[in-house]
Amino acid sequence: MGSIVLDNVSKTFGDAVVIPAIDLDIADGEFVVFVGPSGCGKSTLLRLIAGLEDVSGGRILIDGEDMTETPPARRRLAMVFQSYALYPHMSVRGNIAFPLKMAGLASDVVERKVADAARILNLTDYLDRKPRQLSGGQRQRVAIGRAIVRDPVAFLFDEPLSNLDAALRVAMRLEISELHQQLKRTMIYVTHDQVEAMTMADKIVVLNAGRVEQVGSPLELYRNPKNLFVAGFIGSPRMNFLSGEAARKLGAATIGIRPEHLALSTSDGLWEGKVGVAEHLGSDTYLHLTIDGVGPLTARMSGEFAARPGETLRIAPEAGKIHRFDDKGMALS
Amino acid sequence: MATLHTRASARLMMAPAVILLLAWMIVPLGMTLYFSLLRYNLLMPGMESFTGLGNYVYFLTDPAFGTALANTLLLVGGVLAITVIGGTGLALLLDQPFFGRGIVRLLVIAPFFVMPTVSALVWKTMLMHPVNGLFAWIARSLGFAPVDWFADLPLLSIILIVAWQWLPFATLILLTALQSLDEEQKEAAEMDGAGAVSRFVYIVLPHLARAMTVVVLIETIFLLSVFAEILVTTNGGPGVQTTTITYLVYMQALLQFDVGGASAGGIVAVVLANIVAIFLIRLIGKNLDR
Repeated sequence: MGSIVLDNVSKTFGDAVVIPAIDLDIADGEFVVFVGPSGCGKSTLLRLIAGLEDVSGGRILIDGEDMTETPPARRRLAMVFQSYALYPHMSVRGNIAFPLKMAGLASDVVERKVADAARILNLTDYLDRKPRQLSGGQRQRVAIGRAIVRDPVAFLFDEPLSNLDAALRVAMRLEISELHQQLKRTMIYVTHDQVEAMTMADKIVVLNAGRVEQVGSPLELYRNPKNLFVAGFIGSPRMNFLSGEAARKLGAATIGIRPEHLALSTSDGLWEGKVGVAEHLGSDTYLHLTIDGVGPLTARMSGEFAARPGETLRIAPEAGKIHRFDDKGMALS
Repeated sequence: MATLHTRASARLMMAPAVILLLAWMIVPLGMTLYFSLLRYNLLMPGMESFTGLGNYVYFLTDPAFGTALANTLLLVGGVLAITVIGGTGLALLLDQPFFGRGIVRLLVIAPFFVMPTVSALVWKTMLMHPVNGLFAWIARSLGFAPVDWFADLPLLSIILIVAWQWLPFATLILLTALQSLDEEQKEAAEMDGAGAVSRFVYIVLPHLARAMTVVVLIETIFLLSVFAEILVTTNGGPGVQTTTITYLVYMQALLQFDVGGASAGGIVAVVLANIVAIFLIRLIGKNLDR
């Protein structure tokens, strides 16, 4: 019931083309993440689906029905905003009940649904508080509660975790994923954080300057990035790109190798590099190396890796894990 | 930051201003209180004598007093109603994007810069005059008998003039409040299925409550002392139909030269203003503690 199809959808503001033309299929129950750098049009795309912006061309089908011209309220979608957009003068109860009240439901039904949503989101003790008396994570949950009670065909999240601190972000990420398991509804989630995309998504849509660069499951994107942009965007730390002699030897304009696919030793390896900075995370060690004639390189070693700045190490790329790209930045198979 | 030392020096440095302001208020108030207890008429200089509360009894039992009190409350209430409702409407209109918005906004603010005597005169002679006025001309060209505003509807006329002057103030405050409303909140309400009217009632109006409180409180302070508009147009008449407490005090002091009676009236006006203030703060002041 919650399938969403974008058919040749485009958006222009005056002369500025924000989204050229996008085709996208989202299956029922899927968790789709739109990811890309800021200004890539991912939020605009979400707002087009929500109906908060009018499309300049193309069609939007929700549950098989053409909803291109339908006002937002009747698309049966619920949205969680970046600022949460809670109504400050209403209590938590009032906020969650608002969409039901607008739908004209009887007060006992409203009461029951609000209680259900509050139980799912652990908000029962806070129902009579005002939003300003809540912490960031609780406000986030109220915003989600307001979305849940409407029983929408799909949920839209617009960078919902960007206002939370790092620890809370990880916790809420998990909560949203669990909510998806529980509700089994279509969710579209916009973020600029590739970690959120990788951890939560069934399907990632990588956007750049309004264009879809690649669509696929997190591991597909990780293993087989279609082009330099996707290769550089997915994965942390970023993939190392090398051009010049090293790439030409492998018949490519640029080669990419992920930091975790490099082996370091004192004895053998393809390149010789000097350690610049070593970042010790405990579980991992990130080494920033400089290789003469090749350029800077980041290596990720599992566990504690003893390396001092200035030390010289041999670097061996793992066989079969080198990505090759042509001069237009497209992947070579 | 706020150590004991800095606080003491801050107090010391604020003292001159506070003392000056306090004296500025206490001395006239004290003198008015003193005069209100005297039999003091400017036509009989040197004959002042103590009468106790005689002036108060005289002022409060004046047959014009009840009417003046009712007129004052009607004037304040009427102008508040027109400016708050009209101001909200105008603010909503001016918040919409349209061609020439900047100029229109400037024009809307303009009446606030016209001094009360001038605007009252303009309304009296150019708009509301039963023979030469614009309203009379409109009524005649539509085939109606022109309204003699100041003879038939004197208090309403004054309310209209004063409301015209204060509408820009209300509009300005409410417009800025409207612009501070989070766009995402309106969008969230739209997604939640709220139509334009529901969005206004449930989202915009509660957001404006605080600004409206400010408008009501500030306007009340100034509206209780409206005087020039009455003096220029109706002189409190016909009869006492447009006499307010302020105007009654003026009549005592400067038409009957009764300083004692006017002082007593002044004190009554101060007490009344405080009653109104307490009433307002109780009623709407809770909007301010956020």
